[in-house]
Amino acid sequence: MIAAIRALVRYRALVRSLVSRELKARYRGSVLGFLWSFVNPLLVLLTYTLVFTVILPNRQEDIQPYFLFLFCGILPWTWFQASLAESSGVIIASGNLIKKVLFPAEVLPTVTVLANLAHFLLGLPILFAFLAWKGRLAWTAVLLPLPMMVQLVLTLGLALFLSALTVHFRDIQNILTHVLHLWFFATPVIYSYAAIPEGSPLRQALRLNPMTHVMVTYQQVLFHGNVDHWRGLFLALLVGVLAFAAGAFLFDRLRDTLPEEV
Amino acid sequence: MTTPAIVARDVSKLYRRFAHRNQFRTLKSALLTGSVLSDLRPEEMFTALDGVSFEVPRGTTFGVIGENGSGKSTLLKLVAGITKPTRGHLAVEGRVSALIELGAGFHPEISGRENVSINGIMLGLTRREVERRFDEIVDFAELREFIDAPVKTYSSGMYMRLGFAVAIHVDPEVLLIDEVLAVGDEAFTRKCLDKIAEFHRRGKTILFVTHSLGLVEKMCDDALWLRHGRAADRGDPKRVVDAYLTYVAGGEEEALLLSQPAATSALATTLEGPAPQAAPGEAAPATGYRPGRWGGREIEIRAVRLLDARGRERHVFVPGESVTLVLSVHAREPVDDFVFGVGLFSAEGTNVYGTNTDIEGYTPRRVAGDAEVKLALEGLSLIEGTYLLDLAVHRRDGTPYDYLRGLHSFRVKSRLKDVGLYRPLHRWSFAGGAEIVPPEPRRELELGDDLSA
Repeated sequence: MIAAIRALVRYRALVRSLVSRELKARYRGSVLGFLWSFVNPLLVLLTYTLVFTVILPNRQEDIQPYFLFLFCGILPWTWFQASLAESSGVIIASGNLIKKVLFPAEVLPTVTVLANLAHFLLGLPILFAFLAWKGRLAWTAVLLPLPMMVQLVLTLGLALFLSALTVHFRDIQNILTHVLHLWFFATPVIYSYAAIPEGSPLRQALRLNPMTHVMVTYQQVLFHGNVDHWRGLFLALLVGVLAFAAGAFLFDRLRDTLPEEV
Repeated sequence: MTTPAIVARDVSKLYRRFAHRNQFRTLKSALLTGSVLSDLRPEEMFTALDGVSFEVPRGTTFGVIGENGSGKSTLLKLVAGITKPTRGHLAVEGRVSALIELGAGFHPEISGRENVSINGIMLGLTRREVERRFDEIVDFAELREFIDAPVKTYSSGMYMRLGFAVAIHVDPEVLLIDEVLAVGDEAFTRKCLDKIAEFHRRGKTILFVTHSLGLVEKMCDDALWLRHGRAADRGDPKRVVDAYLTYVAGGEEEALLLSQPAATSALATTLEGPAPQAAPGEAAPATGYRPGRWGGREIEIRAVRLLDARGRERHVFVPGESVTLVLSVHAREPVDDFVFGVGLFSAEGTNVYGTNTDIEGYTPRRVAGDAEVKLALEGLSLIEGTYLLDLAVHRRDGTPYDYLRGLHSFRVKSRLKDVGLYRPLHRWSFAGGAEIVPPEPRRELELGDDLSA
C-alpha cells in the first residue's frame, strides 16, 4: 500500500496533466463547454426534486427544504458512482497505452477518481450558493474536507480493485451498473438516516455500508450544521483504508497480466 | 568497457494461448471451472520467446530480424519493460524510449499542443523539459500551423510524425524502434533515419526491430535473428542477414516442394540417405538440396572463413572481387586417402559450380593434426544473390569424413540486375549502323569500404 501511494506521488505530474486533459476533453465540442460541470448537477437535482416534492412528496420534518438536503447527498454520490462506473472500464479503454507504452497503469483509475472529484468541486459553489440562499450555511461547512478525504480513500481503493479485475472479468462492468444502483438506495441520500428507528434491522444493515457514514457526515456538516457522527466516519475511514490496501495489492498482483489481457 | 546497456540472459516469454471458448474470460466460467490456475496449464501456453540471450554494449546499434511471429516485438516489449519475462534475466540501463506505436497516448479531442505535453510526460519527461523541447518537437514534426488543432483532425501521417517527434525528443539512453520507419513519406523517413544516426553518433544505444535487412546491414553493429522465438543466429549483421536470407530462400523452396507431391518422394530418399556418394558438384537434383552435415569426422572441418582480396573476413561481395575460401581442418589420426571439395549452389539449390582436389588431379599423401586448405576464386563471376557452399572432405571413393552442405553462405550484391547463373567476363561493342549510348561509367558497390566504415 505504501508502495502504491509512493507510485502515485511519483507520477503526480502525469496524473495532474491527465486529469486536466480529462476535464478539457470531456466537454470539448459541446455548446455549453465547461458550464456543463455546473449544469449537470443542477439537472440531476431538478429531476430528483421533481420526483420527491411533486410526485412522491417527502415531508419529513428534519430534512426540509428537501431539495437542499437532496443536493448535499447527490453531489458526493455522483462523484462516487461515476468514479467507479468509469474506472471499471478505464484500463480496457486505454489498452493501447498499456500495451504499447511503458505506462504506470494505476494512474488510469486514479485519474478517473480525481477527474470526478474535480467535477464534484466544481459543483460545490452552486451548493454553497443554495445553502447561503436558504440561510443554512453553518460553520460546520469547514469540516467538509473530512468526509471528502474518507470518500477519496475508499473510492480510490475500490477503483483500483475494479479496474484491474474488470480486465480479467469483463462481466463486472455489467454487474456494476446494478450494484451501484442498489448501493445508491442502500445509502441515505434521498432519505434521512436519522429517521430510521434505532435498532431496526434496516438500520443495522445500513450501518454496514461505509458510504452511509460518509453521507451522513456530509449531510450533518452541510445541511444540519451539527456534527456527531465521528465514530461512524472513523469506521468508514478504516474500511476505506482497508479497501485501498486491498485494491493496491490486487492491482499489483495483476499488473503484469494487464498488457496481455487487455 | 562499461557495463552493457542491455543484458538478456536466457529470457523466455510465455503467453496464454486462448482457445476460442475462453477468449472472453468471464466471471462465471472462472467460478465454475475453479480458478485462473487451471488456465495456466502448460498446454495452454504459447512460447513467444525461448531462452534468448544477448548483450548490447553501450553506444552500439543492435538489429533484430526474423519472420512475422518470430518473437521480435515480444522481445522489444520485454526490453521496454511493458511486459516481464516469464523466465530469465533482463536488465536495461538508462532511460528507455520505445517507438513501438507512435502517438499511442494521444487523445483525439484535444490539440496537438496539449497532446505533446501529455505524451512527453507519459514518456518520462518533466513538464519543464517538455516546454523546453516543445519548439524542437513541433519543428521536427513539421506541424507548426496545425499544432493547435485537435489531433482527431490530423491525417495518419501527421499523427505518426508528431508521435515520432515526441518519442525521439525524450532523449533516451536506450532507443527501441519497432518497424516504425515504414510510416510517413520518403523525406520524413530520411529525417527519422538521420535522427537515429545522430543518436548513434552521440553514443546512445539503439535496438532495432525491422524487416528492412538493408538497414540492418547498414546501421547495426550487431544483429540477432529470431526464429520461432529462439535465437537462430547472432553476430556480424552481414553474416546474420545472409544466413536469414538463405533460410528464407530455403523456406520458399520448401513451400514449392510441398506443392509438388511428385518431388517429395525424391526428397525423402535424399534426406534418409545420410551420405550421398558423390563428390560435391555431381550433386543432387536442385529440389533435394537441404542443409546438413554428415560424415565420420576422421577429418573434421572446424572453421570456414571467407576472405576478400585484402584478407579481411566478409560475407558480402561484389562481382569481380576475389574471394578466398579458407577451411581449417583437423585430422584425428593421420589419413592418406582424402579429397577436399567445394560446391557452389544458388539459393534455389541449383549447382553453379563444383570441384575437388581429385577431379583436378591432386594426389593425396597425408593429412595429420591441424591443416589449412585455401581455395582462391579469382574474380567472382556471379550475379547478385545468395550462394550456399558445400564443403567436404571425403575418401576418393566418396565416403565422407566431413560433409557440410549449405551451412555456409555468402551474398553477392551488384548494381546491375543481370540474370542467369553466372556472369562471364564480357564487353559490348557496336559497329556499322548501330547507334547506342553507353552508360555512365559506374563502379561496383564498394562493400569492403562503405558498409563497414
